[in-house]
Amino acid sequence: MLRLAARRLLKVVPLLLLVSVIAFGLLSMVPGDPAVQIAGEFATEEQIAQIRSDLGLDRPWIVQYGDWLGGAVQGDLGTSPFSGVSVSTQIWQRLPTTLSLLGWALALSVLIGIPAGTIAGWRQGSLLDRFLTMGTSVGVAIPVFVSALVLALVVGLKLSWLPATGYVGFSENPLDWARHLFLPALALALTGAAEIARQTRAGIIQVKNQDYVRTAKASGLTTRQVLGRHTLKNAMIPVITVVGLQISRLFGLSVLVEQIFNIPGIGSRLVTAVFENDVPYIQGTVLLVGIAIVAVNVAVDVSYGYFNPRVRAA
Amino acid sequence: MSIVDAPVGEAAAVVLPGESPRARFWRRFKRQRAAVAAAGFLIVVALAAIFAPLIAPKDPIEQSLSHSFASPGSDYWLGADRLGRDTLSRLIYGARYSLLAAAQAVAVAVVLGVPLGLLAGFVRGWFDSVASLCADAVLSIPAIILALAIVGVLGPNLTNAMIAIGIVYAPRLFRVVRGAAISVREETYIDAARASGVGTLRIARGHVLPNVMSPLIVQISLALGFAVLAEAAVSFLGLGVQPPDASWGVMLGQATAQLEDHPILVLAPSIAIVLTVLAFNVLGDGLNDSLGREIREA
Amino acid sequence: MKPDIATPVLQVDDLAVEFVTEVGWLNVVDGITFDVRERETLGLIGESGCGKSVTAQAIMGLIATPPGRVTRGSIRLDGRELLQLDEHEMRDVRGRQVAMVFQEPMTSINPAFTVGQQISEILRRHLGSSRRAARARAIDLLARVGIPAPSERVDDYPHQLSGGMRQRALIAMALSCEPRLLIADEPTTALDVTVQAQVLELLAGLQDELRMSVLLVTHDLGVVAETCDRVVVMYAGEVVETSEAASLFAHPRHPYTAALLECLPGLRADEPLRPIPGLVPARYSLPTGCLFHPRCRYAVEACATERPPLSEVAPGRCVRCIRAHELELTGVGS
Repeated sequence: MLRLAARRLLKVVPLLLLVSVIAFGLLSMVPGDPAVQIAGEFATEEQIAQIRSDLGLDRPWIVQYGDWLGGAVQGDLGTSPFSGVSVSTQIWQRLPTTLSLLGWALALSVLIGIPAGTIAGWRQGSLLDRFLTMGTSVGVAIPVFVSALVLALVVGLKLSWLPATGYVGFSENPLDWARHLFLPALALALTGAAEIARQTRAGIIQVKNQDYVRTAKASGLTTRQVLGRHTLKNAMIPVITVVGLQISRLFGLSVLVEQIFNIPGIGSRLVTAVFENDVPYIQGTVLLVGIAIVAVNVAVDVSYGYFNPRVRAA
Repeated sequence: MSIVDAPVGEAAAVVLPGESPRARFWRRFKRQRAAVAAAGFLIVVALAAIFAPLIAPKDPIEQSLSHSFASPGSDYWLGADRLGRDTLSRLIYGARYSLLAAAQAVAVAVVLGVPLGLLAGFVRGWFDSVASLCADAVLSIPAIILALAIVGVLGPNLTNAMIAIGIVYAPRLFRVVRGAAISVREETYIDAARASGVGTLRIARGHVLPNVMSPLIVQISLALGFAVLAEAAVSFLGLGVQPPDASWGVMLGQATAQLEDHPILVLAPSIAIVLTVLAFNVLGDGLNDSLGREIREA
Repeated sequence: MKPDIATPVLQVDDLAVEFVTEVGWLNVVDGITFDVRERETLGLIGESGCGKSVTAQAIMGLIATPPGRVTRGSIRLDGRELLQLDEHEMRDVRGRQVAMVFQEPMTSINPAFTVGQQISEILRRHLGSSRRAARARAIDLLARVGIPAPSERVDDYPHQLSGGMRQRALIAMALSCEPRLLIADEPTTALDVTVQAQVLELLAGLQDELRMSVLLVTHDLGVVAETCDRVVVMYAGEVVETSEAASLFAHPRHPYTAALLECLPGLRADEPLRPIPGLVPARYSLPTGCLFHPRCRYAVEACATERPPLSEVAPGRCVRCIRAHELELTGVGS
């Protein structure tokens, strides 16, 4: 399996380079003169010129890219023009917050989605299945900000069971940390759980109609044996793919949830950065998130080897 | 095709003698009651959007501060917002923005993704490798983050937001079209056409495109649902449709502050969004079932 | 329950199965009646789509509802009515009293587990064997079905075995609990010709050794001629003829059987091919009267209006044809 992992990692290098090109290339999408944009409306000629030379905007594109990439590899992603704070510092400070949120959201969506999908798929056509399927159809259609707002309203404000805004660090107070994260994580998790449930159900249905499950049934094995051993292991393959996809989605949606619940993570800062035209922060975020997703996909790919022994030899 | 080999959970497909493919599609589609309902709902929404000036009881932009936060009643059917604007009228006009914006975004995605996907899938070779790598790279960045980034550098307005969403969705369409083109390419009837001397472009147009249309149509329906959601998200953050114009996302964004006291301002656009996206998804699933049966079972 | 000599191992009576289609529930097999006796091999023959696999699966209780259901009839194994058993009871029967070997060895074994694990699992389930005992017996079974180096093969994954070996492994799984009846659904269709012969020989040998009965489902007349004691011929969801194998080939009594025999290409190059004109009717557009009459060269007017019953024209000989006593049909093997 190690060799499989190493091979996958090698294939990923051109992809990572492209991601970095996209991240850096955002700069060239800025209409007009980037220096003017970044400097803002009220800047003087000198300030604009200063920014231009500070950011090296007067050099050829490929040199700028190389510089930026070189800095990035060493951990320097530039500075936010307004605050003057280093981008990497900002991201580093906010990273644990966002990761906690994502961790909880992922755990919830898997814990809700896989069992729900398994039951629905195993008892295909039953009332329970139809109910769950309808639920997932609706769940997939509900935008995260709607579920976030509804949860915040009903559970947070009207019922006051859990706090509706804010964030408390784990080291400060673990219980409060969990309480503050629960609603936002649940809001994030709902759509993900629906997707995972759907894919699990489809996977179970597809597998349970495979010939080898037919053989298992014809051998008189019990439900637990047929479902547990023969069906689940094989059905998990597409589910792993979906879980991997969810991680990507969750990263994106966390931006919205952080806004609504006032959580000081990477995403909420991104929204402000967009309003402020803080290009270095935007680039840095895109680069880092892109790398993270690529890494997750590689991990998912390698995990196939466990579920499908044939892949190990490939 | 044996009856007992039907895909599980579905009634076995039956080819009635003398039935044209179009008739068969309609026969199957009509049986999918949910999809038919979804199509009906979408037609209603589209009509409401088109005839908004005729249907909406009031001007969506007109403010009336004396009626600020009016409760639902005979004058303001769904109540009014902070500036006294009628929620129902804004909802109806919002349909215009949301649907138009979604259509724009999907158009961008189609123009970018479909031709490249067809080419990559059919011609393969280095072009395919490069194009697929680019698609993978774009797909590695979460949709919302990339969309925000693009809007961030282009400037926050509706058109830029739609271009951003279109760019973000293009690789997904690329992949679907490419996949369909590849599987069609493997079909032996392509070899047969080639063996009879038909040129590549004619093959592409005559054989590949029609067979790619089925999955493409399904994807477009799903893409429209996605685009409505994406537009709502971007406008919610204030980066899409700009006030005083109001799409459903804008309405949501402006209503968040009054979540506790006037929840209906949040619920009305939310329900509109959820139902519309649900309708697009259900329609897409229904189309998928009605269109691809023979291909899947073969 | 000790079987009495006269009771056949398997008795199927007037079985009917329906499946759901776009145009509603449709009868897929109708009025299936036959029996399998002690230590005999019964061939169930017919073209693709005639319902023989459905019949086999109905016997095993593997028809999932939806999309199918058994609507009529009785299936008795050693006198015990299977259709009245609930799922739990049926699970005890499957794999233990009656076992099935399927057509596609490539896909009928779970790719995620070793061959040994899958055999052991069945032994532990039905016989309560310990892990070690089950593993030892699995190796023994693999040897019995002719797999070389069984103590190494037992830990192989299915993809490491050839098609023929996989089929042998499947046979080992089916026979692990020494069932009374083995149902083999086209066991050799997916295999190369040379391997086919080996597998058939293996089955015959094991049948002798284990004193069991075999229901062989196939579309291949050659296989039937070599291995079966008696034959049941099916067409478009119905049984059309039942007979001892030798008599069936020498003197067929149903026009369809005769036509099937005629289809067999002769060994002489100058003999013309004689296919049966027309197509098998789909169950949702059946002809009136006898299902075969549109394609039958002996059809008369009455054939289009009367549905012929399956009647016994001689001891052990049933035919579904109103002209069965008048027709003189030619067979093969003269």
